[in-house]
Amino acid sequence: MKTLKDARVGDTLVVTRVNGEGAVRRRIMDMGITKNVEIFVRKMAPLGDPMELNLRGYELSLRKADAEMIEVQ
Amino acid sequence: MSIRIALAGNPNSGKTTLFNILTGSNQYVGNWPGVTVEKKEGTLKGNPDVIIQDLPGIYSLSPYSPEEVVTRRYLVTEHPDAILNIVDGTNIERNLYLTTQLMELGYPVVIAINMMDLVRKNGDRIDLEKLGKAMGCTVVEISALKNEGCLEAAEAAVSLAQNHTHGDMPHIFSGSVEHALAHIEESIEGMVDPVALRWFAIKVFERDSRVRDELKLDTNLLAHLQQHIADCEWEMDDDAESIIADQRYGFIAKVMEKAVQKKMAKHGLSLSDKIDRIVTDRVLALPIFAAVMFLMYAIAMGSFPFSIGTIGTDWANDVLFGQWVPSLFDRILTGLGVSGWVYGLVMDGILAGVGAVLGFVPQILVLMFLLSILEDVGYMSRVAFIMDRILRKFGLSGKSIIPMLVATGCGVPGILASRTIEQERDRKITVITTGFIPCGAKMPIIGLFAGAVFGNSPLVALSAFFIGVAAVMVSGVILKKFKPLAGKPAPFVMELPAYHIPSARNVLRSTGNRGWDYVKRATTIILLSSIVLWFLQSYGFVDGVFGAVEDKNSSLLAFLGNLLAWVFYPLGWMGDMGWKATVATITGLIAKEEVVMTMGTLYNYAGELSETGNEIWSMVAADFGPVRAYSFLIFNLLCAPCFAAMGAIRREMNNGKWTAFAIGYMCVFAYAISMIVYQIGGLFTGEAAFGLLTLAAWAVLGGLVWLMMRKGAGKE
Repeated sequence: MKTLKDARVGDTLVVTRVNGEGAVRRRIMDMGITKNVEIFVRKMAPLGDPMELNLRGYELSLRKADAEMIEVQ
Repeated sequence: MSIRIALAGNPNSGKTTLFNILTGSNQYVGNWPGVTVEKKEGTLKGNPDVIIQDLPGIYSLSPYSPEEVVTRRYLVTEHPDAILNIVDGTNIERNLYLTTQLMELGYPVVIAINMMDLVRKNGDRIDLEKLGKAMGCTVVEISALKNEGCLEAAEAAVSLAQNHTHGDMPHIFSGSVEHALAHIEESIEGMVDPVALRWFAIKVFERDSRVRDELKLDTNLLAHLQQHIADCEWEMDDDAESIIADQRYGFIAKVMEKAVQKKMAKHGLSLSDKIDRIVTDRVLALPIFAAVMFLMYAIAMGSFPFSIGTIGTDWANDVLFGQWVPSLFDRILTGLGVSGWVYGLVMDGILAGVGAVLGFVPQILVLMFLLSILEDVGYMSRVAFIMDRILRKFGLSGKSIIPMLVATGCGVPGILASRTIEQERDRKITVITTGFIPCGAKMPIIGLFAGAVFGNSPLVALSAFFIGVAAVMVSGVILKKFKPLAGKPAPFVMELPAYHIPSARNVLRSTGNRGWDYVKRATTIILLSSIVLWFLQSYGFVDGVFGAVEDKNSSLLAFLGNLLAWVFYPLGWMGDMGWKATVATITGLIAKEEVVMTMGTLYNYAGELSETGNEIWSMVAADFGPVRAYSFLIFNLLCAPCFAAMGAIRREMNNGKWTAFAIGYMCVFAYAISMIVYQIGGLFTGEAAFGLLTLAAWAVLGGLVWLMMRKGAGKE
C-alpha cells in the first residue's frame, strides 16, 4: 500500500483512500483531497518537509505526517 | 427594516479587500462570542440600511475549527437575508466547494467571482451564465483589487434579499445518497428551520456531532436513520463524510467542464510557480529569507542612509518630543501659571513617559508596513512552508513565524497575529513564547547596558536577540511536553496562494491596525502609569514628614523597591543597585521603555535623557558589574511583558488560567536563566561568591535540562 508520504517530486498520483479520523481527515478532504483526485507532487520544502502539492488548480502544502494518511496509486 | 448580507468565502479569496471596499470606514470590529475569532460588520457604502456581516475565511462548514463553528452558528441562527459568496476565480474548483454548502442553507446566494482580470490574463475563461445555471444562483464578476463591480455585487445580493429570490438547489448527490437524505429530511422536518432543512439533513447524514446534539434526536429515530446511512455507506463502500465530500467535488468537476475553460496544461508553470521555483528552492530558500529579513530590518531599524524608520524615530525623539512638544507645553503651562507640582507632573511625568513610547512609532510603522506587504503578496505562507520543519521541533508551526517577526516590532500585534494558527498546541505555545522576542521597546535597555558596561559592543544586541530566540526554542521543547498542551490534533494544511500585487488598502489598514495597538498603550496605560510613577518618585517621607522629595533615595518608589529587592538577591541585584534594579523592572511592566527612564530618575539625572541613557552610563557602570548587568538585562528581556502585551495574551488565550500560566511561566523562566547567569557566570568572573545559591543555580540548571529531556505527555 502506497501513501502520499512516499511520493517523489514530479510524481502524479491518484488518491484511492483517505484514512485517519475526525478533524484531521475532514480538513484534508475539505481541501480537495478526495477519492480519485489527481495530485501532482510539486516539491519538498528545503528541509525535506512539508511537501508542496498541486491539485484542483491550486498549491497546497502538507506535512508528511499528514500525507501518510492518504493512500495513492 | 435593515437588510443583512453575510459575506462568506475562502481565506485568500480577497474577502477582506471586498469588505473594506463595501463598508469603507463604517466598520465595527469585535469578537465572536466565546472564541478569539474576529467579527467585523459594517454598513454598505451609500446605503446605511444594508449591514454587511463579514464571516471568517473558511474552506468548509465542517464542525471543527472555531472559524467554521462561528460561521455555521451565525448562518443557522441569525438568518441573514442573503449571502454574498466571494470566489477566487483563479482557484474556482476548491472555492466552489464552500459554495455548495452555503447554498444548502436556503438563503439567496450571490456568487461574486473575484480576480477575473487574472483569470483572463491566464487565458482562461469562465462562462458566468453557464456557471450560474449549473449552480442555480446569481453569478457576477468583480475585481476587489481594482474596485470593479464590488458595489454592484452587493446590490445584486440586496435585491435578491428584498425579493426573497432563492435559486434552484442543484443536484449534487447521487440517487442512493438522496434516498437517505429524503428519509432524514422527513424525520427531522419540524425540528429545524424549514429553509435550512436540507443543510441539517446532510449534516445528520455526515454524523455531524454538533448538529446531532443540537437536534436531540431520540435513540429510536437515530437508530432508524443510522440504518439508512449505513445502507448507503455499504452501497458506496465508503463512510458518509467521504461520500458527501467526494460527491461535492464530483459535482463541481461537472460544473467546471461546462463553464470553465483552462488554457494552461495541467501542472503547467504559472508566473507564481516560476517565482516559487526560486523562492522556495532547496538551496536558495533560506538565503533569500535571510536577505529579505535583513533588508526589512535595515529599512525599519538599521542605521543606514535608507533606514527611514530610524530616521523618523530619531526625528521624533530629538525634535518632536525633544524640543517642540516640551516647549509647547512649557509655554502653555507657564502661560496658565500653574503651580510647580502640576508643571512637574506634566513635563517630567506625562510628556517624558508618553513621548518615550511615541518616539518609536516611525520604526514600528515602517516595520509593520513592510511585514504587511510581505503578508499580502503571499510571501509569508512561503516562509511558513520553508520554516515549518525547524519550528515543529519546538512545538511551534511554520505559521508561528509571522507572530515572531511582528513581535520584533511590538509584542502586542505579534501575539494577536498567532490567531491564524489552527493547531491549538502550536497556537498556545506561540502566544506564550512570542513575548521572549526582543521588541522595539526593549532596545533601549540593551543600548543602556551595551553602552554603560560593555563598551558599546554590538555583540550585546546580537546576544540579546539570540537569547530571545533560544528562550523561544527551549520553552517550546519544555512546554510541548506538558499534558494540557497536547491539544487536539489538527493537520498542517496550508494553501500557498498565488503571488499577487499587494492591495494598498489592505497593507495600509493592516499597518494602521498594528501600529495603533502600539500607540494605544501610550495614550492609555502609559499615560496613567506615568502619573503614578511620577508621584511615587517625587514624593516620600523625609524625617517622618510626607512631601515632595529632592533625593530620589527617600521617595516612595525607593521605599517600595527596598521592600521587594530581596526577591532578586539571587540574581545578583544587591546593595545600592538592588532596589534601583527592582524598581526599574517593576516599571518595565508598564512599558519596557520605562526601564531606562526609571534608571535615569533613580540616578538623579535631571535633564532630558537620551533614548539609551548615555548621560547615566558612568553611574550605571559603577553600580553594575558585567555579569550583574547581564543578569538584569536577561531578566528584563524575558520576564512578563508589558501590561499591553499581557492584555493581548489574555485576549488570545481567552481564559484566565492560561493567561496566568503564560505570564507566570515567563517570569519563572526569566528568573531561572538570570540566576544561572549570575551565580554560575559570576563565579568564573569573581563577581559572585561560591555559596548555597551557587548550588541552587546548578540545581535550577539541572531542572531545566530535565524538563527539556523528559518524555513528553502528548504524542509528537
